[in-house]
Amino acid sequence: MAADILLDVVNLGKSYGDFAVLKGVSFSLRRGERVALIGPSGSGKSTCLRAINYLDPPTQGEVRLDGQVIGRRSDGRRMSDLELAPQRAEIGMVFQHFHLWPHLCVRSNVALQPRKVRGLSHDEAAKLADELLAKVQLGHKADEMPHRLSGGQQQRVAIARALAQQPKLLLFDEPTSALDPELVGEVLTVIKELAGEGRAMVLVTHEIAFAREVADRIIFMDGGRIVEEGPAQSVLDDPQAPRLKQFLTSLAQRERGDG
Amino acid sequence: MSFLSVIYENVTDWAPRMIAGLQLTLILTAGGFSLALLMALALEYLRSRQNAAVRLLGRIYLALARGIPILVILYLLYFALPAAGLTLPAKLAGIIGLGCVYAAYIAEVLRAGFNALPAGQREAALASGLTPLQTFWLVLLPQAIRHMLAPLLINLTSLMKDSSICALIAVPELTLASREIMSESFLPLPVFMLTALLYFFMAWPASVIARVIDHRLRSYPPRSVSKMPDVKHAMALS
Amino acid sequence: MDSSLMNAVVDALLSGAVTTIKVTAGALAVALCIGIALSAAAFLTSNFVVHAAVRIYVEALRNVPSLTFLFLLYFGLAALGFRLSSMVAAILGLGLIGGAITIDIFRSGFQAVPSGQAEAAASIGLTPLAAFRLIILPQGLRFALPSLGNYAIALIKDTSLVAAIAAPEIMFNARQLVNETFETAFIYGAAALVYLFLTMSVAQGVSLLERRLEVR
Repeated sequence: MAADILLDVVNLGKSYGDFAVLKGVSFSLRRGERVALIGPSGSGKSTCLRAINYLDPPTQGEVRLDGQVIGRRSDGRRMSDLELAPQRAEIGMVFQHFHLWPHLCVRSNVALQPRKVRGLSHDEAAKLADELLAKVQLGHKADEMPHRLSGGQQQRVAIARALAQQPKLLLFDEPTSALDPELVGEVLTVIKELAGEGRAMVLVTHEIAFAREVADRIIFMDGGRIVEEGPAQSVLDDPQAPRLKQFLTSLAQRERGDG
Repeated sequence: MSFLSVIYENVTDWAPRMIAGLQLTLILTAGGFSLALLMALALEYLRSRQNAAVRLLGRIYLALARGIPILVILYLLYFALPAAGLTLPAKLAGIIGLGCVYAAYIAEVLRAGFNALPAGQREAALASGLTPLQTFWLVLLPQAIRHMLAPLLINLTSLMKDSSICALIAVPELTLASREIMSESFLPLPVFMLTALLYFFMAWPASVIARVIDHRLRSYPPRSVSKMPDVKHAMALS
Repeated sequence: MDSSLMNAVVDALLSGAVTTIKVTAGALAVALCIGIALSAAAFLTSNFVVHAAVRIYVEALRNVPSLTFLFLLYFGLAALGFRLSSMVAAILGLGLIGGAITIDIFRSGFQAVPSGQAEAAASIGLTPLAAFRLIILPQGLRFALPSLGNYAIALIKDTSLVAAIAAPEIMFNARQLVNETFETAFIYGAAALVYLFLTMSVAQGVSLLERRLEVR
C-alpha cells in the first residue's frame, strides 16, 4: 500500500436484516485528496459516510485510516463507543443538521473537544476556538448562544468545531441540505477555503457545481453500489453509466425549473 | 381574629412539637427523594439493557409502584416485614416506602428528559471523539436537566405532601404531631389550619418556581418543532 | 392456610372494596362537576374575580396534603358543629381536592383545541356559550381523557387515606382484621392485590375508551 494513502474503504456493506443499504463499496483517499459522493437519495452515500467513523457500523468490510483499522479490535470484534473515541477524534464530521451543543456558547462549542479529548487547557482551547471562529468569519459571535445564529452561521460553527479536533480527515454529510438557499453560499465558501488548504475530505452533497469545484474525484453511487467514479471533470462532463446520465439530466432539469 | 388569638395563646405549647414534626417531614422528604432519584437512575439503567428478562422486571416494578397506594406499601414495610424477621424503624420504613414509589415517577421524568433530546446530539458527541461517559456528562445531561427540573420539583413537592401518610405508621411528622396536639387541645380547626398553612408555604413556592422554569423552557428557542400543548405536562405543572 | 381466615379476609376486603369504589365514584363525581363548572367559567369569562377565585381554590388545595385536608374537614367541621359522617367527609374531602386537579386538566384540554376552531365557530355566528358547548367542550374532553384517567387512578389510591377518618374501606377493614388475626403480611399483601386490580382495571378501561375515541 502506497504511503500516501490516508483512507482505505474496503468492500463496505451494511444491511438491516435482509435489506442491504450498502453492497460492497471500496475506495481510497490519498492525503490531501477530496472525494465527493453523489447519487440519488437512498443510494447509500450517507450510510457509507457514517460507516467510516462507525456511527452506522458496517456489517461487512473494513475501514482503515492511516493503515489503522477503524472500529474493530485485532481479534475482529466490534469496538465499543469507548474504544472508538480516540479513533473518532481523528475524524471530523459536519452534519446536515449541525448538531451544535445548544447549552454552550459558540466558543465553548468549538473548545469542548480540544479541552476534554485532547487535553488542552481552558485558555489554550479558548484561543484555538477564537482562531477557528475567525477563520469561518464568526469571530464576533463567539459569546453568542447557537440558537441566536442563522443556519449558515451555525453550520460554519459546526465546521470550526470539526476543525478543532485537528482531524486527519473531514466528513461532510450534506452540509447545505438543511439551509435556506440564500445561506448555502457562505458555507460552501468556507468549505472551498478548507479544500484549498489541502485537507482530506469526503463530502456527501447534492450541489453538483460545488462538487465539481471542490472535489478531485467524484463517486456516483446508486442502489448501495459505486456505479461510476473518476476525476470530477470526466464523471460530470462525460458520464458513461446510463444511470448517472439520467441522474445528471434530472438534476439539470430541476435546476432550470427552479431558476 | 379568633384563629390568630388561639394560635397566639398556644404557640409556646404547640411550637416545639410542630417544629419537631416539621423537621421529620423534611427528613422524610429529603431521604425519600434522594432514594427515589438513585432508584430511578438504576431503573432507567435497567431499562436501557438489552436483556428482556431484566426489562420485564423493571416494568413489573413500575406497575406495582404506580398501582398500589403508598399507605399499603408503608403498612407492608412497617407491619408485615417484622413477620419476615426484618424490623424497620418507622422513619426508615417511611423513607424507603416514599423512595420506592417515587422512583417510578422520577424514572419517567428522567426518560422523558433524555428522550426530548435529538439523537444527533449523541451522535455528534461520539463522532468528535468524546467517550460515552463524557457524552452523557458534558452533552446530554446538561441539556436533559432543563427538561427535568420543573417535573422533578413537582415530584419533590408531591413527595413532601405524601410524607404526611407516614403519620399512619406512627412517624411523628407534621400531620401526626398536629393530630396529637388536637387530641389534647380539642382545637381541631386552628391546629389543622396551621398545619395546612405550613404545608402550603413549603409546597406553593416550589410549584411557582416550577412554573417559572417551565415557562422559561418553553420560550427557549432551540426546540423549533412546534408541538401541540402537552396536556399531561401542563396538568402536572398547574 | 386456614379456611376461616381465608373467608374472613375475602369478606373484609370485598366489603372494603365496595366502600372504596363508592368513595372513588362519589369523589370522582364531585371532582368532575367542580372541574367542568369552574374551568368552563374561567374559559368563558375574562372577569378577574372569577379567575382569581378559581386560582386561589386550586393553589390552596393542590399544595396541602390530602390527609391533612381530610383531618381539617372531618375534625375541624365537627368542632364548628357540622358533624359529617366518615363517608360524607371522605367523598367531599377527596372530591374538593380532585376538583382542584380536574380544573387544570380540563383547562389544558380546552387549550389544546386549535384556536382556529373557536374562530371558525364564531365566524358561523355561534354565541360564545354555544361555541364552547358544541365545539370546544367535546374536543377538549377528548384531549383531557388521558389525564383524567391518571387522576382516577391516583384517586383510587388516595381513598386508602380515608381509613384514617374511620371510613370502612379496604385498608380500614384490613387493619381491623390484622388486629384480630395478626396475619399482617397475608392481609396487607391481599389488600395490595385488590388495589392493583382496581387501578389496573381503570387504566385498561381508560385506554380502551381512548382507543374508541381515537384520541391523538
